[in-house]
Amino acid sequence: MNVDERRAHAISSWVRRILRACKQQLICTWFEHKAKRRPVGLQLAKDLTGLFYKPFAAFHRTSCLRFGKMQSMLKQRSGVRAAQPARRAVQVRAVAAPVKAATSKSPIVTPETAKDLYYDMVLGREFEEMCAQMYYRGKMFGFVHLYSGQEAVSSGVIRQLRQDDYVVSTYRDHVHALSKGVSAREVMAELFGKKTGCCRGQGGSMHMFSAKAGVLGGYAFIGEGIPVGLGAAFQSKYRRDVLGDEKADSVTCSFFGDGTCNVGQFYESLNMAALYKLPHIFVVENNLWAIGMSHLRATASTAGDQDPHIYKKGPAFGMPGVLVDGMDVLKVHQVAKEAIERARRGEGPTLIEAETYRFRGHSLADPDELRSKEEKAKWLARDPIPQLKKYMIDNGLASEADIKALEDKVAEVVEDCVKFADESPKPERGQLLENVFADPRGFGIAEDGRYRYQMPGFSSGTAVVS
Amino acid sequence: MLPALARTARHHGLFTKVGVRGFASQVSEMTVRDALNSALDEELARDDKVYVLGEEVGEYQGAYKITRGLLQKYGPDRVKDTPITEAGFTGIAVGSAFAGLRPVCEFMTWNFAMQAIDQIINSAAKTLYMSAGQINCPIVFRGPNGAAAGVAAQHSQCFASWYSSVPGLKVLAPYDSEDARGLMKAAIRDPDPVVFLENEILYGQAFPVTPQVLDKDFVLPIGKAKVMREGKHVTLVSFSKMVGYCLKAAEQLAKEGIDCEVINLRSIKPLDRDTLLASVKKTHKIISVEEGWPQCGVGSEISAVMMELAFDELDAPVLRVTGAEVPMPYAANLEAAALPQIDDIIKAVKSIA
Repeated sequence: MNVDERRAHAISSWVRRILRACKQQLICTWFEHKAKRRPVGLQLAKDLTGLFYKPFAAFHRTSCLRFGKMQSMLKQRSGVRAAQPARRAVQVRAVAAPVKAATSKSPIVTPETAKDLYYDMVLGREFEEMCAQMYYRGKMFGFVHLYSGQEAVSSGVIRQLRQDDYVVSTYRDHVHALSKGVSAREVMAELFGKKTGCCRGQGGSMHMFSAKAGVLGGYAFIGEGIPVGLGAAFQSKYRRDVLGDEKADSVTCSFFGDGTCNVGQFYESLNMAALYKLPHIFVVENNLWAIGMSHLRATASTAGDQDPHIYKKGPAFGMPGVLVDGMDVLKVHQVAKEAIERARRGEGPTLIEAETYRFRGHSLADPDELRSKEEKAKWLARDPIPQLKKYMIDNGLASEADIKALEDKVAEVVEDCVKFADESPKPERGQLLENVFADPRGFGIAEDGRYRYQMPGFSSGTAVVS
Repeated sequence: MLPALARTARHHGLFTKVGVRGFASQVSEMTVRDALNSALDEELARDDKVYVLGEEVGEYQGAYKITRGLLQKYGPDRVKDTPITEAGFTGIAVGSAFAGLRPVCEFMTWNFAMQAIDQIINSAAKTLYMSAGQINCPIVFRGPNGAAAGVAAQHSQCFASWYSSVPGLKVLAPYDSEDARGLMKAAIRDPDPVVFLENEILYGQAFPVTPQVLDKDFVLPIGKAKVMREGKHVTLVSFSKMVGYCLKAAEQLAKEGIDCEVINLRSIKPLDRDTLLASVKKTHKIISVEEGWPQCGVGSEISAVMMELAFDELDAPVLRVTGAEVPMPYAANLEAAALPQIDDIIKAVKSIA
């Protein structure tokens, strides 16, 4: 059969199917009418409409597939996506507890908050650009993954956290550490591998830790950090429920990407966070690319959709899933605020999918050949920093002079941190063997070398074991 | 009120001389299962940051009944049943340890911990180093290790050598009830991640325990081996179930005039090199006995260490008695052939004695 014959056959089989379904529906409606005394005409009209619409849509989809129109349909869809300037945040109501919808108009924030967000985003951007420069000059080495373009997510979520809240991230963690409060000097020195770094040069770009600021890493294995973040949230709940600390309401945010959403640990964590109602927020920074693997190629579409939607996996596990425009810091800020407050109240976890984009490659060693120039240009046009600047000026939250002052301050801080890192000493050789164990001798041996259990007074009398 | 007074008085040692409890210095027996159970019980009572999590630890009373009674005593907040998500719940335990709690994470067997090995090694073991001392991980990973009876290839692996090669982990392997109690308490009180390798066959075996072992603060030092039996002809060094086999082999060999010294390693990492060296200086011959596979096993490490540090003391090569280099077969006779038996140890000793 050629294309026309096939088409005719398909249409006629479709017509036959519809007629058969109508006949079946007529019979059912008739019986319902008889059994429940419903008005036949109206019921029939409703049933038949439903009957017509679904197969038609299905037919359109399957016929395109069958006739090899898949490519053009995909292009059409991507064209439609490209044409849309900005996606609105869509709300998904979960069985658990609803989160208020993020409105399409950017919400109002105070001038202080707006300035803080702007400063943090510009710091993140300038810091990462400086990292690129330093890498190409040979001051930084190994794997360096830059965050340029995604600042709205980090600033929008983390700037609202307290010092006793926790953040867990992947290898793209410089800006998370900066937003959480680790000083730029310490981060840059750590990247240079110097003794004055936040981890004394032992962690590096992918392993930023700070006990003071509540940054629990920095993990190279994607998906590994999420259960660790859950653990910190578990600790907060345990302190409240078991240790009786009424004020224990610290929240943990785990940041990870679209690639992580196919890792088993992600699903294990979703289940347990909802099961134990942990104060934990899953923040997916969906930048559409996992190194060179497009999200659309790697992830199956959620049922009934054309594209894979990560936020829809939240309700499947019992928590609200929210999609937000990750290039608009104020929208991220509002969604995160609700999720954080929900968690603090003890209502459990939230899954936030922020649609964002990284302007640079996966790492500084990535030639970044697979992403099209058009795609990059489209997302560059949605840069979060000029967006916020425009918003602040238009709404009177800050003047041009204020903004310039913030930008100058950032330039100063970045220059200073490079100078500091450059001039800092490298770690001594002796540092190599330090910090393998917190107690190297092993418990049971006291400081003076004697066995603890042989020391007088160590144990008093015999115990009763019930 | 009177019982309360009596209790307080007893605690302060006022009435012990009078003998309120009537406890003579007799030695009682305790199974390894009860030893672990009582150790966990006492540590949970002592520090309320300690909690236990794992599969079937709560309502099922423990897959091997090690955590029997703990749920009833401490409640579901401190004895948590988890879904079958090793990587997930191990990660939760590790993260909560980073944040200040002291979890005891049970694996139903150490084979299942392979699902969570990423969290054990990359998060728990390495984080203190990566964070340059800022964030430590006071966690205990425990569960039965090595072959049981007829549980076939995927349930019978010995993981001692894998975990003992990782810097940042302490690896303990108790043999008897005294080891179980003392090492478990030491592991829970230790500020570092501890891999605690138990043995399913030993759970039901009873060993004598002194009142000192029953003390609620009885803690054994980590990193110290125990000389179970003194001897002068050959040193047999092993850990866990194989210590029992070595002791039996030593008994039989004693009848033939060969006097074996049996060392129970207790701690695979840090390895107690001093005790091994002292023993080799006495006997000049050493045999390592383990259940695991030969290549890169614990015996390999002992051989290397003995060769490096005691080359001139050795009168014979260091022999290794290990499990066969096969995945564990199911058939009972093949399984027996795949594991070291007492005769294998005797044969090895006679070949160099």
